[in-house]
Amino acid sequence: MEWMAWTLPTSLFFAGIGTLLLGMTAWQFVTPTLSRQGFLPIATTRGDRLFIGLLSSGWLHLLWLGFTDQVLWMISIVCVVWMLVLMKWG
Amino acid sequence: MQRTHNNRAWWLVLPVVIVVAFSAIIPMMTVVNYSVQDIFDPSTRFFVGTEWYREILRDERLHDSLIRQFVYSFAVLAIEIPLGIAVALSMPRKGFMVSLCMILLALPLLIPWNVVGTIWQIIGREDIGLYGWALGQLGIDYNYASNPADAWVTVLVMDVWHWTSLVALLCYSGLRAIPDVYYQAARIDRASPWAVFRYIQLPKLKSVLLIGIMLRFMDSFMIYTEPFVLTGGGPGTTTTFLSQTLTQMAIGQFDLGRAAAFSLIYFLIILLVSWLFYTAMTHQDSDDA
Amino acid sequence: MTTRKRLVMTIYLLFLLVPIYWLLIMSFKSNQEILGGLTLWPENFTFDNYRVIFTDPSWYMGYLNSMSYVVLNMLISLAVALPAAYAFSRYRFLGDKHLFFWLLTNRMAPPAVFLLPFFQLYSSVGLFDTPLAVALAHCLFNVPLAVWILEGFMSGVPKEIDETAYIDGYSFPRFFLTLFIPMIRPGIGVTAFFCFMFSWVELLLARTLTSTEAKPIAAVMTRTVSASGIDWGVLAAAGALTLIPGILVIYFVRNHVAKGFALGRV
Repeated sequence: MEWMAWTLPTSLFFAGIGTLLLGMTAWQFVTPTLSRQGFLPIATTRGDRLFIGLLSSGWLHLLWLGFTDQVLWMISIVCVVWMLVLMKWG
Repeated sequence: MQRTHNNRAWWLVLPVVIVVAFSAIIPMMTVVNYSVQDIFDPSTRFFVGTEWYREILRDERLHDSLIRQFVYSFAVLAIEIPLGIAVALSMPRKGFMVSLCMILLALPLLIPWNVVGTIWQIIGREDIGLYGWALGQLGIDYNYASNPADAWVTVLVMDVWHWTSLVALLCYSGLRAIPDVYYQAARIDRASPWAVFRYIQLPKLKSVLLIGIMLRFMDSFMIYTEPFVLTGGGPGTTTTFLSQTLTQMAIGQFDLGRAAAFSLIYFLIILLVSWLFYTAMTHQDSDDA
Repeated sequence: MTTRKRLVMTIYLLFLLVPIYWLLIMSFKSNQEILGGLTLWPENFTFDNYRVIFTDPSWYMGYLNSMSYVVLNMLISLAVALPAAYAFSRYRFLGDKHLFFWLLTNRMAPPAVFLLPFFQLYSSVGLFDTPLAVALAHCLFNVPLAVWILEGFMSGVPKEIDETAYIDGYSFPRFFLTLFIPMIRPGIGVTAFFCFMFSWVELLLARTLTSTEAKPIAAVMTRTVSASGIDWGVLAAAGALTLIPGILVIYFVRNHVAKGFALGRV
């Protein structure tokens, strides 16, 4: 494992993603999701919205890094809010 | 087809997940780890946060290479899709000729990519290659190794030579799925060949064309071997596309942190584009059903 | 109309075949003739270039290495993709769409993106410089493609067949192996063809994961560049030999290949 060059922040990041996926799976068993139409142009399930949220957050972080010199956590907060909005009304 | 709900089907897909995850997820995690560190050797490494990303996103060389890549991929699509349709429409309908044409068309697809580069490297040369020599005889000053425009054209023609067959074979299989009744009806209506194409053949080709466009876009977006052999990315950097820039950085300069950050940006682009195509495709399927 | 079609086809096939013809005749020429001037047919027909390849182990071992990882990859891809494709075509299960999409992204992503830690990954499990390493690495794009194509072919088989078999008391493995697989034989042939094709033509991963023992032919070919220039004749002969396996394979699946190119979707 030494060659994988783990660091604390990246371990936390992947642990977070892993927990998120496990949580979504558990949620699916408790209350199954239905595909529905929100403010997004296509009908989505909970998993679709999570993926769209993660992908757009990745892009937002890149744009932030590319165009501003501000610290990163500002956009991270925006992304968390955006993901919550997306999960609820997307 | 109506599919039944059964979570035990996971046992059937598990082997695939394991095999692919071994080569996809472990390296991807490692790339993420690399991208936030400055690595001199496995035991001497420093956490640098998002420094590499900032640097890469502002790197002129990469902007150029990205623009070049998009121009190239769109040029490839603009030539290969219409040409592929035209070739598919010209396929003979039955008999021995069909098999022959099909095998000949598939031939370029089966040639190792470096050999494709070699073939064009040879045939484009003025001293030993037929095309290079012929162009020289016509009084055209052509040299793919020193003239950027010539290099571009050669790489593009090579890609057309290499991959148009894929589009043609895809479209051909789409065309074959059209029942004869449609054509008979068109004949009764005295429809022009253009009308037949526009209202019978093209709509039927929609789903295969979507696959064709996706495969061609994605594969041209990761092109590496052919230009590497043909021009080495030159003259200068005029034919250096994204994969080659990345490989140079990773293997040539052994610049792990920067290359890793670049890999992830590249991957995010791919992820977005494939998601768009996939969504379009699944919606197409549900429209048809 | 038909003459115009024939014209388009002929011109296009000429465009395809002339470069290949050039490679072939060049492999039968001596280097003096190649560099001496342009000839449309070899003046002195020679097999010397081929003799070089067939007598030098570092050359012909390149072909054997390439063949061994290609065949290994084909077997692994088919073995894991067959049950998975069946699951995708017959059942809905938790996260099936997302799983399918994840598989596809691996087919779409450039190998260069994953390349960085491949050396360490395969060294750490002791596979570096073996055909198995390259075969496994090629699974990255071949397995998703195999699942995709097979799923298309399997969706064409009516579900009633499965149900009847289960009612008749077939167990799943027995049904799958003795009834289902023979039914989609063309699909399997085409899938094998595609796995063969994409593994055979790939260079970047194959070159990175091998050094001496399992060096593929594509990497060996760079040897023709030496201080005295490029040995064009041998290079052309080596290239010409790489065409043969492809032609053999496509001959066997020629009747189904069109459907395969449409990924079983037509």
